[in-house]
Amino acid sequence: MAKTVVLPREPLSLSERTYLPQIVTGLKTTFSNMFKEKVTLQYPEEKPIIPKNYRGVPTLVKDPNGREKCVSCQLCEFVCPPKAIRITPGAVSEDDNSRAHVEKAPKEFEINMLRCIYCGYCQEVCPEEAIFLQEEYSSSGYSREEMINKKDKLYELGGTLPDSHYKWDKKKSAEDDGNDH
Amino acid sequence: MGSNGNTSSITINLNGNDVDVPAGINLVEAAAIHGTEVPHYCYHPQLSVAGNCRMCLVEMGNPMRDRGTGEPILDENGVQKIGWIPKPVIGCGTNVTPGMHIKTESSMVTDSREGIMEFLLVNHPLDCPICDQAGECRLQEFATDYGRGYSRYVERKNVKPKRTRLGPRVTLDDERCILCSRCIRFCQEVVDDDVLGFVDRGSFSTLTCFPGKELSNNYSLNTVDLCPVGALTSTDFRFKMRVWFLKESPGICTESSAGSNILVSSREGVIHRITPRRNDSVNDSWMADSGRELYKSVTNEKRLLTSSVESQKCDLSSAINSAVTFLQDKKLGIVGSCHSSLEEQYLLTKLAKTTKAKKFLRGHFGDDDGILVSADRTPNLRGTLVTGFSTKYPTDDLTEISEAIDKKSISTLLVVGEDLFNSGLTPDQLKGVSIIYIGTHENATSSRANVVLPSLTSFEKSGSFINRSFRLQKFKQAVPGPAGLLPDLHIIASFLNALDQEKEQTSDIVSIWKQLSKSSTNPLHKIKYTDIPQDGIQLDSTRWSDLDFVEKKAMHFSPRKLNKVTQN
Repeated sequence: MAKTVVLPREPLSLSERTYLPQIVTGLKTTFSNMFKEKVTLQYPEEKPIIPKNYRGVPTLVKDPNGREKCVSCQLCEFVCPPKAIRITPGAVSEDDNSRAHVEKAPKEFEINMLRCIYCGYCQEVCPEEAIFLQEEYSSSGYSREEMINKKDKLYELGGTLPDSHYKWDKKKSAEDDGNDH
Repeated sequence: MGSNGNTSSITINLNGNDVDVPAGINLVEAAAIHGTEVPHYCYHPQLSVAGNCRMCLVEMGNPMRDRGTGEPILDENGVQKIGWIPKPVIGCGTNVTPGMHIKTESSMVTDSREGIMEFLLVNHPLDCPICDQAGECRLQEFATDYGRGYSRYVERKNVKPKRTRLGPRVTLDDERCILCSRCIRFCQEVVDDDVLGFVDRGSFSTLTCFPGKELSNNYSLNTVDLCPVGALTSTDFRFKMRVWFLKESPGICTESSAGSNILVSSREGVIHRITPRRNDSVNDSWMADSGRELYKSVTNEKRLLTSSVESQKCDLSSAINSAVTFLQDKKLGIVGSCHSSLEEQYLLTKLAKTTKAKKFLRGHFGDDDGILVSADRTPNLRGTLVTGFSTKYPTDDLTEISEAIDKKSISTLLVVGEDLFNSGLTPDQLKGVSIIYIGTHENATSSRANVVLPSLTSFEKSGSFINRSFRLQKFKQAVPGPAGLLPDLHIIASFLNALDQEKEQTSDIVSIWKQLSKSSTNPLHKIKYTDIPQDGIQLDSTRWSDLDFVEKKAMHFSPRKLNKVTQN
């Protein structure tokens, strides 16, 4: 067993007993900061600048033509570590010409923000580039139900992002240009 | 078909190793026996060989012999030379011969596979995110395992119809079809309903129904299972759930006494589909479409979810208690069910013994389709014979009860699952009779019953059935039952415990089986529940040879064979 050694405490000197040098040193730091540039933000009146690639609240986005991009492949639901995502798949009606060839769309899309850990796997896995963790970071609610983002809310948060592929449009143009069999 | 019945063994050389394989099988099967995968699309072990996908190309060579003399040609080491065929051969269409050499991993084979994959993917749509087959798609799997990994095709892909209706239950996505012809061969060879064929040529080739016909036979959904890609889709399951979420659990189809082996796919306690499970002694790889619909009964609105006494809702234990008071009646009759599992029938027989009750049984019969829907529409009629619940073959009614009631020898009935009112009994006859009903769904009997005890469907419990050829097969619980409900076994066991305080009856299947297999005269003698293999055990049916079973000759079943066994 280790032996306990009691170290003798040095008695305090006079200046230490008055505490004055310590107070002065502390105040020096305070006063020097008073004249420096302000680093605190008056949140929530003031909002911080969100850096690029910030992982905020997951959202669903529409393509520049205002069409839903998600095809409810449920890969995000599968990859989601805390199981925050829940999708009810549905079919796109055959008559919907704006979404020709897509066939599938989510009937319901729920992200439970009480479970979400903002890991961004859903964005990474999405084959349609339909889900993005954007700049929005604060979500609040009065009940657990309110903290589940439904499809409407997700599209409202997500808005529209540019699309460099227009995957399904390419297919439609292939059909229009005579590759139709 | 894979094997010609010849069981003698020959030696071939697979990738440089001498291995023994059964004679007469093809190279795909021979390689599979030794753990080597030869990728294939069109070949199916239970269909004829078409050899049109070319995915199973392998390199093959045979020991060389002098053409004139027949003498073996030896190399400088004195070993017989191998004459390698300069081009690859298809593994599915080539049968093994003694001394044959096969390479499944050479550079020529790899190149062939990459080439075939490239051609198959040229016009294949990039549909994986919306394709129901994704996750169990051979094209996806082989593209990652044997494909080139990138596409050299820069032209536009073909666009074909996406929602062609082939029949009431099958929808075709033309773009995804790789023209393997499995579905065509299945309809011709297994169902004998020739409705599918290819029309047009080249990239225009399309699977279609012959004019004026549609894929409406009762086995049409097997084409969906067979389809190696997502071209044929089940209209019921289409876009419902991705397959990687589904938990598969082995079950037995309860539609008829054929006892098709099935896989019940569920997610979080909700069943999404039923697919066949391969069992070469019962159903090969097929099952009837009508059997796939049965899971819908689990959430049917007629499902009994609460127990009741005299139409007053109450908890299960008090319902069981009041049922016990009814069961103490001296004039008790028990109506068993051919839908119950073997274990339930055994406990019911035991209950009948304890209460000295009369036993009644009703059969349910329909038309025999000669394949996998037999005339006996219950899964476990043979079980009532084996457990001793019944000694004679049941009829399609319960008129025996009405005779017994008329003779005033019955005043209480315990009914398991059957509806008395469509079995030849009238409400007037049953006026003075107390009824205890154990069942899963509401019917006229349950609404008339004094005590209603809700129970579980075969998807929500484990147990075993005996099929038409006396094959004992077990099924496993796939989903949990509704809250507050207990399996039949538990209900009947608590009856037994209440009526006979001395001997304690367990509701645990393994322990019940210890009692079941005790008797040496019973064909279940010495069988342990845990030892029943997934593909079942063939039981000795000698004792029931005199009975007139209704089933006709069908897949893996011959009524004559049943008799022949009995005569020996």
